[in-house]
Amino acid sequence: MCLGVPGKVISVDGPFAVVDFFGVRRQVSLDIVDEPVGPGDYILNHVGFAIRRIPEEDIGGTLALYEGLLREAGADDLMAADVRGEIAGTKVGNA
Amino acid sequence: MPDALPTAAESRLDSAIRQLKFRDPETARKLAGTIARVTKEIGRSPVSVMHVCGSHEQAIAKFGLRATFPKDLNVIMGPGCPVCITDMPEVDEGVALARQGLLIASYGDMLKVRGTVQSLNDAQADGADVAVVYSASQAVELARSTDREVVFFATGFETTAVATAAVIRSNPPKNFSVLSAHKYIPPVMEIVAEMPENRVEGFLAAGHAATITGWGIFEAFAEKHRLPVVVAGFEPLDILAGLARLVELVRDREPAVVNMFPRCVTKEGNRRAQEELWSVFRPVGGRWRGIAHVPNGNLRLRDEWAHLDARRRFPIDLASLWDYAPSALTADCICGDIMSGIASPSNCKLFGKECVPDTPVGACMVSSEGTCKIWHQYGGHPDLGAL
Repeated sequence: MCLGVPGKVISVDGPFAVVDFFGVRRQVSLDIVDEPVGPGDYILNHVGFAIRRIPEEDIGGTLALYEGLLREAGADDLMAADVRGEIAGTKVGNA
Repeated sequence: MPDALPTAAESRLDSAIRQLKFRDPETARKLAGTIARVTKEIGRSPVSVMHVCGSHEQAIAKFGLRATFPKDLNVIMGPGCPVCITDMPEVDEGVALARQGLLIASYGDMLKVRGTVQSLNDAQADGADVAVVYSASQAVELARSTDREVVFFATGFETTAVATAAVIRSNPPKNFSVLSAHKYIPPVMEIVAEMPENRVEGFLAAGHAATITGWGIFEAFAEKHRLPVVVAGFEPLDILAGLARLVELVRDREPAVVNMFPRCVTKEGNRRAQEELWSVFRPVGGRWRGIAHVPNGNLRLRDEWAHLDARRRFPIDLASLWDYAPSALTADCICGDIMSGIASPSNCKLFGKECVPDTPVGACMVSSEGTCKIWHQYGGHPDLGAL
């Protein structure tokens, strides 16, 4: 519950966005995000809510941890399991 | 070479770099060198610093970072696991409501955590209805799909509390209510900072919780307790860089707040989320499991949301739990001391014996963010030479 997961916004429909998390598309609430977001923006998702729009210059550094984690971690890796859980548990988008 | 490491630490770091796939070995080597040199310059042993985040502990343990720290530097995990600090009487409330026939929805790990006598899983085994949800929104959807009363047992720090606040404000159905066990991190840092037993000399603040609160919130804390705070991210290099800056601030006796995670954390934080949070919750004093009474550490629903507050909507029959005996092993569990930074899992006689992830005794062995479960998985002080 401490680690958010970054994803790329595909489309926005009112208070919700369809977001791509490393190839998995999910619906995320925009109720508490700090700045307006649109398609192409990256957000940090936490339990189904975008909590931050990630500035463009910071996207590479933010994604690196997760890409490495999801690529290299075994099935019993706790950190990767938390990240996969966040992605799997987020509501399935309708895009 | 000023950044030279002692030979043993150097070989451990080289081993870590080879085996644990640091992306930037040169930077890792340099940061580890700075940590070793500055810790030596402080001239005390041990120098204890604390982080308050389960994901930090996962990264430290997973990447074997403790093996690269100098022996005089003690990096301890404080109360950073939201599942672990949910107090037994709070779990009891959820268990009692479940046993009274209400449908309880909560985050997965919460089902395994025992109250004084039972966990939600135990109640489920006895016939109560308990559902796992991933988010507060899912609990609302569950309520929309049934006529039954659905109580969302809401746990976690400010990062999850803002999500609960958002669903409370989004006009949920009448059969939905919230049993809030949410906790607020800044006040517990005040308590732990004053505990004479652990002598914490600086804090590494959690990156994503600070995304909500902003780093500015730690300025008054640093000033009052004369302790430095560094906000750090979750990559091994983020943590090494955060610790290097933290020991420099300890050495220089500079109680400053430094943000080493600017790509996620600003000084003001997420103002919109803060407004939602404080429009729904008020801070009240309450106990954190095994730690202490924490003034302003618990988040409870404000009076205007009383109609959504399970505590005010339903009588909670705690007396019904008194017929059950608590586990005899519970008395030996030292989760509280571990979360206060006074003890480590290796000091616990149950750790890895009676208490393992499949049959946890204490909350710290339940959650993927609990110190005991993390140490059980990765080892707390890995011997990299033996890998």
